[in-house]
Amino acid sequence: MIDLDINGRTHAIDADPSTPLLYVLRDHLALSGAKFGCGLGQCGACTVMIDGQAAFSCVTPISVLPGRRIKTVEGLGTVDNPGPVQRAFIEEQAAQCGYCIAGMIMRAQALLEKNPAPSDAEVRRHMMPNLCRCGTHMRILRAVGRAAGEMRAAAARDVKPAKS
Amino acid sequence: MRLAGTADKKPMNARKILLAAALLLAGVIAGGCADRTRVAAAPAPAQRTSFDAALVARGARLAAIGNCAACHTQPGGKAFAGGLPLSTPFGTIYSTNITPDPDTGIGRWTGEEFLRAMHEGIDRGGRHLYPVFPYDHFTLVTDDDVAAIYAFIMTRDPVKADVPANRLTFPARFRPAIAAWKALYFARGVYRPDPSRSAEWNRGAYLAEGLGHCGACHTPHNALGAEEKQRDLGGGDVESWHASSLTVTSPAPVPWTADQLFDYLRGGREVKHGIAAGPMSPVVHDLAGVAENDVRAIAVYIASRMRPEGPDAQKPGNALFASARPEEAGSSSGTRRGTASLDEGEGIFIGACATCHSAGLAATDRQPVALGLTTSINAPDPRNAVHITLEGLWPDPGERGALMPGFAGELSDGQVAALVDYLRARFTDKPAWTDVPERVREIRQGMRDER
Repeated sequence: MIDLDINGRTHAIDADPSTPLLYVLRDHLALSGAKFGCGLGQCGACTVMIDGQAAFSCVTPISVLPGRRIKTVEGLGTVDNPGPVQRAFIEEQAAQCGYCIAGMIMRAQALLEKNPAPSDAEVRRHMMPNLCRCGTHMRILRAVGRAAGEMRAAAARDVKPAKS
Repeated sequence: MRLAGTADKKPMNARKILLAAALLLAGVIAGGCADRTRVAAAPAPAQRTSFDAALVARGARLAAIGNCAACHTQPGGKAFAGGLPLSTPFGTIYSTNITPDPDTGIGRWTGEEFLRAMHEGIDRGGRHLYPVFPYDHFTLVTDDDVAAIYAFIMTRDPVKADVPANRLTFPARFRPAIAAWKALYFARGVYRPDPSRSAEWNRGAYLAEGLGHCGACHTPHNALGAEEKQRDLGGGDVESWHASSLTVTSPAPVPWTADQLFDYLRGGREVKHGIAAGPMSPVVHDLAGVAENDVRAIAVYIASRMRPEGPDAQKPGNALFASARPEEAGSSSGTRRGTASLDEGEGIFIGACATCHSAGLAATDRQPVALGLTTSINAPDPRNAVHITLEGLWPDPGERGALMPGFAGELSDGQVAALVDYLRARFTDKPAWTDVPERVREIRQGMRDER
């Protein structure tokens, strides 16, 4: 058994230690946000966060994960109450077929948690590993920019009461 | 390429301090400012329109062989506008703006002043230039070739851009000390063809030793940053990477041929050796666009340096590797396993790497290079293997090329070290590296600093 901390909950997983995290998420835990695209760490559809960094879950064996915090797109919000990055992707209608979007959101989330005000060049560089076959890249970039702005605004609202 | 000798950041030892003091003294005696007088009488620089288009085109190809843009351009910056920090054992030097802007670039330089900088390491104002600008190689470039490069540089777009002041330790920031350095390590030279060799070999030697300045990275450097000529091309340091030996001491399990070197230098990839990465990427990027004959000549010359006995002599390689796929290449598989760390590394390999790096994939040019054949895993130190494990391999934006994801987000420092140790034990017959955890920490820190 391997204990995995996923979205703040500990799950005891009975699987071979070399099993990719992606298979455990989808097949054992029914967390099907992360997608199988290439299985080779080349497309980014499987992107999740590990200890705050974007990671390809299809090439991450669960043996390396005990003691580390995993976050998937399900950990950012719900259908009724989406997180700020999810909301921005909806508002910009960044999804066409949607297959890449959970990965895109997770990679964007990892960036914005570290850098709340990235430049366009920084966003482009950071998002480079994730591919979209529909070609909605411009909307995705706008969504990341919108999410950054909304997260900054929310942070500013949060500190206001302390100031006044 | 960029300056070698950067990974070693040990504090100055007694020998170095002594040498530094001697340099300082000698510099004062040599009087490094003697050339100032030569400037006053210099004629006005040529006008941009006065260059022949064919000369400019030839200069462009030569500047690509010299890889000028790699040091004289910042990431994302304007071409040749300088400002790239180059770390040296004596501090940080910022590359200069060599666009023809008259105030911040070299727009006022005459052809003769440009030639003197290339051949003698002296700038327009008569000051000695730091040898991070590899004039110890450029001194071999013919006057005609320098004139073509001058024509190319002077017809670039002028960019007004000051570069930051160098941050150097004493006595290196005292420029006359460079005079003493030159007295010790620099000789004005010309390329003398070897009549016993072919014209192609001589062309390659001229380009590789001169303008191409391969030795600036691939030769080990002494405590004062000079190339150790007795170990010429024997393997050096560049940034935090290892620059492979280009001599008989090459760690490549399969001896390089000229054809293979040509493919590597031209396309950035050779199926029996590896993929150009790190500081070698901009070099092959530039060589992709120059005259094919020149790249072939460099390949012929370097191949001969790796096999000095003659073109047909075979280096006694590990026969296991000659036709190896990873499975067969692991000569020591099963014999070195058993430690917990190697078991951990094997587990990571199976889950993270084997999908791509295992046998049985169709033999196409998209197939990864067999790990047992890669120069990085056979190298004398683990830095290149650590870099690639953490950072991956990425083609330039918009271009095709090998793509490997980096594992900085997936693997902890200890896991990267276990994996790299496992790769070394599993896929080579070389002794284990002893400094993997330290190198992993340093290189990951470097990635953080870059962000």
